Parts: sequence; structure tokens; C-alpha cells
Amino acid sequence: MSYDKEELKELQADLTNWQEKVDKMLSKKKERKDVFVSSGANEINRLYTPLDVPSEYKEKIGLPGEYPYTRGPQSNMYRGKLWTMRMYAGFSTAEESNKRYKYLLENGSSGLSVAFDLPTQIGYDSDHEMSEGEVGKVGVAIDSLADMEILFDSIPLDQVSTSMTINSPASILLAMYLAVGEKQGVSADKLRGTIQNDILKEYAARGTYIFPVQPSMRLITNIFEFCSAKIPQWNTISISGYHIREAGSTAVDEIAFTFADGMAYVKAAIKAGMDVDSFAGRLSFFLNAHNDLLEEVAKFRAARRLWGYIMKEFFKAKDPRSWMFRTHSQTAGSMLTAQQVENNVVRVCIQALAAVLGGTQSLHTNSKDEALALPSEEAVRTALRTQQILGYETGVADTVDPLAGSYYVEALTEKIYNEAWEKIQKIEEMGGAERAIELGYIQNEIQKAAYQWQMDVESGKRVIVGVNKFQVEEPEPTGLLRVDLSVQKAQIAKLKALKEKRDGIAVANRLAELRQAAKGDDNMMPYIVNAVKAYATEGEICGVLREEWGEYVAAVTL
Amino acid sequence: MAERKIRVLVAKPGLDGHDRGAKVIAQAFRDAGFEVIYTGLRQTPERIVATAEQEDVDCVALSMLSGSHLTLMPKVTKLLREKKMDDILVVGGGVIPNEDIPLLKEAGVSEIFTPGTPTSLCAEYIKNNINMK
Repeated sequence: MSYDKEELKELQADLTNWQEKVDKMLSKKKERKDVFVSSGANEINRLYTPLDVPSEYKEKIGLPGEYPYTRGPQSNMYRGKLWTMRMYAGFSTAEESNKRYKYLLENGSSGLSVAFDLPTQIGYDSDHEMSEGEVGKVGVAIDSLADMEILFDSIPLDQVSTSMTINSPASILLAMYLAVGEKQGVSADKLRGTIQNDILKEYAARGTYIFPVQPSMRLITNIFEFCSAKIPQWNTISISGYHIREAGSTAVDEIAFTFADGMAYVKAAIKAGMDVDSFAGRLSFFLNAHNDLLEEVAKFRAARRLWGYIMKEFFKAKDPRSWMFRTHSQTAGSMLTAQQVENNVVRVCIQALAAVLGGTQSLHTNSKDEALALPSEEAVRTALRTQQILGYETGVADTVDPLAGSYYVEALTEKIYNEAWEKIQKIEEMGGAERAIELGYIQNEIQKAAYQWQMDVESGKRVIVGVNKFQVEEPEPTGLLRVDLSVQKAQIAKLKALKEKRDGIAVANRLAELRQAAKGDDNMMPYIVNAVKAYATEGEICGVLREEWGEYVAAVTL
Repeated sequence: MAERKIRVLVAKPGLDGHDRGAKVIAQAFRDAGFEVIYTGLRQTPERIVATAEQEDVDCVALSMLSGSHLTLMPKVTKLLREKKMDDILVVGGGVIPNEDIPLLKEAGVSEIFTPGTPTSLCAEYIKNNINMK
């Protein structure tokens, strides 16, 4: 934003006078706090003026749909089409989850988002000893293509886009999705969706890793290559800051660590011989929509500008699509309280508003009861309705990037951009994200911030309504969703029946071929697709890969 | 003679990777003057009990958010009993519905701390309830 030089000089003088007056006032009556720190740990000034806003409008802010994309990846943003309202869901068996998906689609959800249970995320079948007690708990249990066929029964895959929160075994679940599409008569080039496929943040913050870094990075670049040729509309990775923030990081670190991870993937793919523009356009992101409304808006804007810069100037990508930061977001689960759960509806609404004002491409809103259990159907509906109210009733979607030009938001955008870039350079000097994780640097930074947060809550420096202030006595919550142990039994029975029915020799052959491929350096995807189609289970496929590649051993950092 | 420090094993049973709570509580216990051992992720009840034995702890603190607490927490207490180590105080924390708490207590978990509990309160509870050998 350009201001006349004289005018700014005058403002500077006015500001000095104003500051004197304020200081005098403060000597009589102190402010609420000595230092104002945002949710994301940014120190916030009393006042922002044109003096705090970058003067290079074209270079730093620009127009939507144009580099550096600060104002949004599309030129007309939500005037063309609202963000995708995508509710993360999945629990129990494929049958139960299929019902929930149909319910969500009937209620105006515009995309699916599959939550898998922990055994599926870590490559164990439901009958594995490590799966005990976990089957169908935090997501749906998928052991083989047979479960996946049920999961998407009567949901035409050419008409929905599907996001799957799956990382280490992403290749296997993608292969299953492809196979279901084929059975429905939907060709691969019509499939739209996303796999999370972001292993580095699993090592650093989320914990569902299986294999060591090298083979994990190989699987990821194999997927980039395979999709670029076969499933061109598929988002091959969702580089995630969400879990980093949930684990307790600051807002700046959410962006810095996510982009350091992103750069590691880009480097790995380039090293594997791919041209940057052949895959970079399909990279997508996943950010947290936290409590601090204006800081979050600034964070999304800074992220777009920074990723654009990294891709254009650092990796020298030529295709504008490679410069574009496109993101899913989810409201901050860790900010929900188990106390006075109704208040969570308000929190989620404000967090969702932050994501929308920040220009997200898709959004999941949490349900009010998630600090207690998996969400009930009614709570999920309210969460979805929150997005619909924002989109259809409030008018915030009617103009592009409505908070641009706010002195505060622009100043904070600039601050987050600069500080995140500084931190990324520090990680680069260490040898990149993989090395920084190996050294425990990223884990420690997150942990430090998480502990600081907790101490601030306990000292009362940070007020959480209903938790450390404004508490009430309340009755036991009712109507919580529970997944009982019969799910595990049902799933084990299905697995047994499948193993009796399928062609055992074909399975053995496909697994043997997979093993050979794992030893060499072919693209793994075709082998995984073949194994999946022969109804090899996820646990069998991961089992072979575990034997060949070993398992990641986390350094315990404390 | 200086008083021996309280030894606490902070453990994450099961497959869940959300260890923000486990790490925060571990650090808070350390700041409260305890000696803290943190297991890291994906611990089977067997492994937790083996570590408790090896490290000769006074308390095992289990952190769980994945909903499998009714399976895994009682398994830990059962194994401790089998090994005659049930003098060790077992506490739990995480996303645990209130109605499950009596069941867990019946199974031998001494106390459950749900979201929003100050860490100082957990440390206080342990100090007051362990059997110092």
C-alpha cells in the first residue's frame, strides 16, 4: 500500500506525540496485561498504522489469482464457488461409515474426508495383536479392498472428491480407491481427491509412521510420479501444519515446519528425476484454523505468499500452478473444552470464520463434543451448518480477501512471512526437515511451545473460558458416541472369510512380486495396485514392506 | 539422608500418536521434582509393565486419547497384579468419558484426569497417594 512520503512523516510525528500521551495515561492505569501475546505466540502491538504496512503493494500483496497469491489462489475466490465443506468422518466398520457419508452428502457436504482407525493408519490388520482395542475407534477399519468396496458403496466416485487421512500406507489406500473406481466404471483420470501422504509430520508430531525415512520418501515420490501419469486430478500429498499446531507449536512454526517438510518432498522428487512443474501443481496443504481470528487470517495470507516465493524463486518452477498454495483447513481440536461443551460451537464458528477470511479451499469444522468422544450425528450437523451459515448468510464470501488493507492484518502477514522464512532457512542450514527431525529440533520446538501454553493456562495468563475462568458445576454429558468391541470381532470375522474366499496363490504371487520391487528401485505403485486387486490385506502388504525396509525407530525427545 | 525422588513412568498405550498431553505432563512432573521416564509411542501393556519393573517406578501414568482405554488400562493393572507390582500407583489421563471412570477405578486405576485438569493437581495427587518403598 503506498502512502505519500510526506504524509507518513507527519504520521510518524503524530505517533510520537500520541505515544507520550498514552505513556502518561498508562502511568496512572496499567493495561490488562504487560505484554499482549496472540494464541500463536506473536507479540501484538497496541496500534497498527500505515507505517507498519509493507509499502510494496504489487510485490507483496498483489491481486488474487496472481503471484504472490497473498490475496488468494483464484481471481474471484468464493464468488465463483464456496470452499469445499468437507467433514472428516469415519468410525466403526465400513458399513457404518458408508451410512455416515451418505448422511453428510444428503445434508449438503460437498466432499468426503475419510478417517481411518489407527491399525489401518499403521498398517496392521484388525486381527493383529497391536490392533487390540483400537479397531474402528478413531476411524473406519479397512483391511482389504473388500472393506473399501463397502465404504464407497452407492457413492459414485466420479461425482465426489475424497480426502483420505492416510500417511505411511497412503499408496495402498490410494490403490484401493483406484480399484473401487474401476469396479464402478470410473476411470482413473476422473478421480478427484487427496491423500495426506505426509510422513515427515508423522515423525515430528502425529506419530503414525511405519517405515524409515528413506523408503517412506521413496513411496511418496513414487506416488507423485504415478499420479502425474495416471490420476492427474489427484492431490498427491497434503503437507500438514495442522498436527504440528495441534501438538502445540506457534503460528509461525506451523508455517515454517510445514514448508520445511514441503521443501523436503520437492527436493526428493527432483532428486528422483522429476521436473518440478510435473508434480508441484498437485501439492496441497492442510492448516489449522485456531482461535486467534485475525492472526489466523494473516497466517493463511503469509503462507500463500511464502509458498509462492519458495516455488518460484527457490525451486525455479515455471508453471504458475506450481506456485499456488492451495489448502484444506480444520478448526483446532485442541482448543475445544470438555467443560461447557456448548461454548465449543462458538469457538468452532470463529475458527471457521478465520479459515474463510483467510481464503481456505476446503474446511472441516469440529463438533462440539469432540473433547469428550467421537462426534455424534447431531453435533456433526451443527458443525456443518456453521460453515453453511458462514457461506450463505454472513456475506463474508462475497468479496475477495476482505481483510486486506487492515493495518494490523497486513503487518502481521508480513511478520509471519518473515519469521517463518527465517526459521525455514535455519532448518535448511541444519540439512533440511529430515535432519531437523532426526536431531529432535522440530519436536523440541513444538514441545517447548506446548509446555509454555499449559503453564500460561495454569497461571491464568491465558484464559480459557469454562476451564480456568467462568467455571460452573455441570451435569454429566449424555448422548456420546461409542464404538464397542463387537466391531473388532466383526472385522476379524470378515477378514477370516476373505482369506478363505480369495485366490491364495494369486495373493502369494502378487506379494512376492511386491517384495522383489521393494528390494529394487521400480515405482512401487503398480505392484501395490496388483496386490490390492488380488485382495491382499493392508497388513500383508505392509508386512512385506516392513520385512524389507524395517521400521522407523523414534528418538524419544523430552 | 535426602528424601528419594518419586519415580513416575509416563506411558502411551496403544497406537495413538497424540503425545502432546503425555509430554506436557511428563515435563510438569519433572518440574514438580519427580524423576520421569517417558516411554514414547505405541507401547503394549506388556512393555509398559516391563519398563515399570525395570525402572522401579512408584507410579505409572497412562495417557490415552484414542478411545481404547477400557481395553488397555485394565490390561496394565492386571499385568501389574500378576507380577505382584500392584503397589505401584496407576493413574490415567486423556479424552475419557466420565461414565468410564468408575469402570477404570474398579479395574485398579487410582484416578483419571480429564481435559482441563491443571498439571499441578495431578502431581499433588501422585505425591499424596504413592506408596514410597
